[in-house]
Amino acid sequence: MPLIITGLTAIIIVVAIAIRRNHRLIFLLSLAGLGAALFSIFPVLSSVPQRVTLLFTVDRFGLFYTGLIIASTFVVCLLSYDYMNLHLENLEEYYLLLLLATVGAIVITVATHFVSFFIGLEILSVSLYTLIAYQRMDMRHIEGGFKYLILSMVASSFLLFGIALIYMRTGAMDFSEVAHVLQGSKDLAATAGTVMVVVAIGFKLALVPFHMWAPDVFEGSSSPVAAFLATCSKGALFAIMLRYFSSIKMGDNTPLAMILTLIAVASMFAGNLLALFEDNLKRLLAYSSIAHFGYLLVAFLSTGSLKGLAVAYYLVAYFVSILGAFGVVTVLSGRARDADTIEDYYGLSSEHPWLAGILTASLLSLAGIPLSAGFMGKFYVMSAGIQANLWFLVIILVVNSALGLFYYLRIIAAMYVLPPGRRLSRAPALMGTVVLTALFLLILLLGVYPASVTGFMETVALR
Amino acid sequence: MILLWLILLPFVGGLVALFSGRLGDRWSRSVSLVTMVIHLGLVVVAWIGCFTQAAGAHQGPWLLEMRLPWIDQAGISFHLAVDGMSLLLVSLASFLGTMAVLASWTEIKERAGLFHFNLLWCLSGIVGVFLAVDLFLFYFLWELMLVPMYFLIALWGHENRAAAATKFFIFTQLSGLFMLASILGLYFAHGQATGRYTFDYPALVAQPLASIPATLLFLGFLAAFAVKLPAVPLHTWLPDAHTEAPTAGSILLAGLLLKTGAYGLIRFALPLFPHVVAHFAGIGMVVGVIGILYGAILAFVQTDLKRLVAYTSVSHMGFVLLAIAAGNELALEGAIIQMISHGLSTGALFALAGALQERTRTRDLRDLGGLWLQTPRLGGAVLFFALASLGLPGLGNFVGEFLIFLGAFHVSISLTVVAVSGLIASSLYSLTMVQKVFFGPSRNDTKICDLSVCEMAGLGAAMAALLWIGLYPNVCIRETARSLNYIANSLYTQATAARTAHTPPHMNDESFVFLTDGKP
Repeated sequence: MPLIITGLTAIIIVVAIAIRRNHRLIFLLSLAGLGAALFSIFPVLSSVPQRVTLLFTVDRFGLFYTGLIIASTFVVCLLSYDYMNLHLENLEEYYLLLLLATVGAIVITVATHFVSFFIGLEILSVSLYTLIAYQRMDMRHIEGGFKYLILSMVASSFLLFGIALIYMRTGAMDFSEVAHVLQGSKDLAATAGTVMVVVAIGFKLALVPFHMWAPDVFEGSSSPVAAFLATCSKGALFAIMLRYFSSIKMGDNTPLAMILTLIAVASMFAGNLLALFEDNLKRLLAYSSIAHFGYLLVAFLSTGSLKGLAVAYYLVAYFVSILGAFGVVTVLSGRARDADTIEDYYGLSSEHPWLAGILTASLLSLAGIPLSAGFMGKFYVMSAGIQANLWFLVIILVVNSALGLFYYLRIIAAMYVLPPGRRLSRAPALMGTVVLTALFLLILLLGVYPASVTGFMETVALR
Repeated sequence: MILLWLILLPFVGGLVALFSGRLGDRWSRSVSLVTMVIHLGLVVVAWIGCFTQAAGAHQGPWLLEMRLPWIDQAGISFHLAVDGMSLLLVSLASFLGTMAVLASWTEIKERAGLFHFNLLWCLSGIVGVFLAVDLFLFYFLWELMLVPMYFLIALWGHENRAAAATKFFIFTQLSGLFMLASILGLYFAHGQATGRYTFDYPALVAQPLASIPATLLFLGFLAAFAVKLPAVPLHTWLPDAHTEAPTAGSILLAGLLLKTGAYGLIRFALPLFPHVVAHFAGIGMVVGVIGILYGAILAFVQTDLKRLVAYTSVSHMGFVLLAIAAGNELALEGAIIQMISHGLSTGALFALAGALQERTRTRDLRDLGGLWLQTPRLGGAVLFFALASLGLPGLGNFVGEFLIFLGAFHVSISLTVVAVSGLIASSLYSLTMVQKVFFGPSRNDTKICDLSVCEMAGLGAAMAALLWIGLYPNVCIRETARSLNYIANSLYTQATAARTAHTPPHMNDESFVFLTDGKP
């Protein structure tokens, strides 16, 4: 149902653009559509799980992640309005593309068949290609879009090849029937196929060693698009990774578990170490995002009752914090360029104390300081890891969290300690500030009273 | 409920101070001061409550207790409790907090609202750490102390503040994360053994653990507390943080944050891992003694006044570490008294250093000298607290150190002898400090004014407290004895049934009660 509504909204927008170009109208339409889609989830909750054609299974798990994606897109939409107003041409297609990308992401979360996975992935990717390169007059955007295009196509072809290999071995493409392949059989074709699927997913999640695109693409895209990239596209792929691998227990030393452990450790270190040298805020957040998915993999690799809750909570906390951080970047951006160098944040606390506070809270949440959602998320991930006796991974997580502090603190210190420089825009938008305030309160709420959502999240876990 | 208010009051007060800062700096200062005075009042009320309760029979070790459900499915509750030891430390926190607010009255001229917000939130975290009895809540409040203190140092500190603040934060955060891993490990070990998953401290104390996991878990806790204490190889954050912090920040750091490390060791590490502690006792005592001498020697050669006082903190906390490693009740009593007196004396010394810096614009000892003629009251105060710091009999530090020596003597005679020489070293640095600042030829021509009446009032209270502890320590000892008795007993009995009230042992210098000589 939410999928249908979102798709319908996209079509309505196409028609509306053809009839009459008006930024505000399209904006409100897309907000209405997304809001309707979000609310439509609740009545649907009672009638799941349901298998819809061979390709999709709508269950609580899928609906939870769908809801998360729609909510994030809603926030990105809200943040983009004033941002897009600064760039004067062809504003309306942006929302269309955003909605299409959301459709693709939703398809991925409810997919239980390789075909639907691929379709969703392609819808998401193609929309993203254009979204990243949206300001086509600016070389950096085109460069970012091109990078993402080429590398994403390579990843998609890997995925196709992997699907083909698995199909050759098992004669089926449905996840449940393919599951036995994942047990690490001696068959070379099946193993290669699985590895290729992991490669493709790893690319989209920007896990090491498939992470090279992330900083450049994040820097090259406009801030709201970067926010969307960091949240929805990654979240959808993580959901399907959970679903795809849900049939095997990660705990035994299967080759797959060992590969994922290596990837997790490498992502955590690479993300944190490379961010230490960054001065560009968007690149820094890209590296931080790489590290966060490394932490998530620790929870993913755990077995036991806490796994579903840990993953869900950490994702929500991550979404809220990254949206907050990118939101502040968006709100502070100007026409000439985005507010992405650290000099743009010098002395922010004296001019825009509220925004500085929100950015501080988001960064501290990303760092995992108590009182914030990020701490609770990290706590649950650590619990899941320790419950599964993944002591090595947990120690690496701890060390990396401390490493991460260096660069978060550098930004926070710059905001408060240094004297202010030139600002890019005159006054931050009201709507953006309201949205950011809501995110800030959510960070606090999730940090102090997780029981408000954990009850629901436990029902969401797979099996 | 009063326990909850002890934590919430600075929390709320900080928020009010932040917003009233918009109206003007004076508003936020006044709000802050009022908050702290009310807090002091609450502490007095808590004491009275404990004393009136003491007449009746006591079940269990806690004088006051409060529990609210928080995250039930994970076994986390909002569980606060006090016994004599924590209540003494909370009183210290309240008193030093007030002193910090007063000390920064004229020093902080910009963004006072934000300053007092951070100050009060840091205090809230500290009081919470002393009150928390649920391990998750303890960790939560432990980390909560860090961020405001980081901002205090980074925004209002002195020349090298950014680096000092970052070093402080990274050290304490990393060690805190190791402690979190240990807490979680303890949680799961307990849960797997008994089927009941809980973070609650009284429940976890009764749980015996196999030796290898226990050692590893203990090391996690030790990491966090050793960095805070600080134990010598991990102390490098301390001189920078203390020197670069503003006066109020230094008072809180030296007076309270260091005590949280010691408190954590006594309250959590000792009872939860008694055999491991006994195992490590020898190393602990040696590290403590090294800390005493190292801190003292380095303090002696400093030219920066605040850095000198910072190193004296390292030295004094070395005494505390010695006591905790020794592990018998006598030494632990000494440790707590040393903690309180050190908090008072060093807090006052930092306040005076701040006052001095405000007046002479320098902390460098080579530029100071001969100030006694201009500021006899300031000089007298510094002399008093320097004498307290070096362990003059009649003042609190002496009682603490003496009890520590008595306790440690039962465990290791040679180490105690070496530690006693620390007393000589402490006289060296204390007296040299006073000599260089107040006596000798005057190297500074500026005209400075003496201490004002309010400053004298605050310092006078600290002096009175030190004299009282020094001359009549029995009240402190009696209060802590009950709580330490509980800890010492839980060291050697596994599951404790409900304990009937017992008369606290009578303490004087000749007769002493000790349960162990540090070995099981």
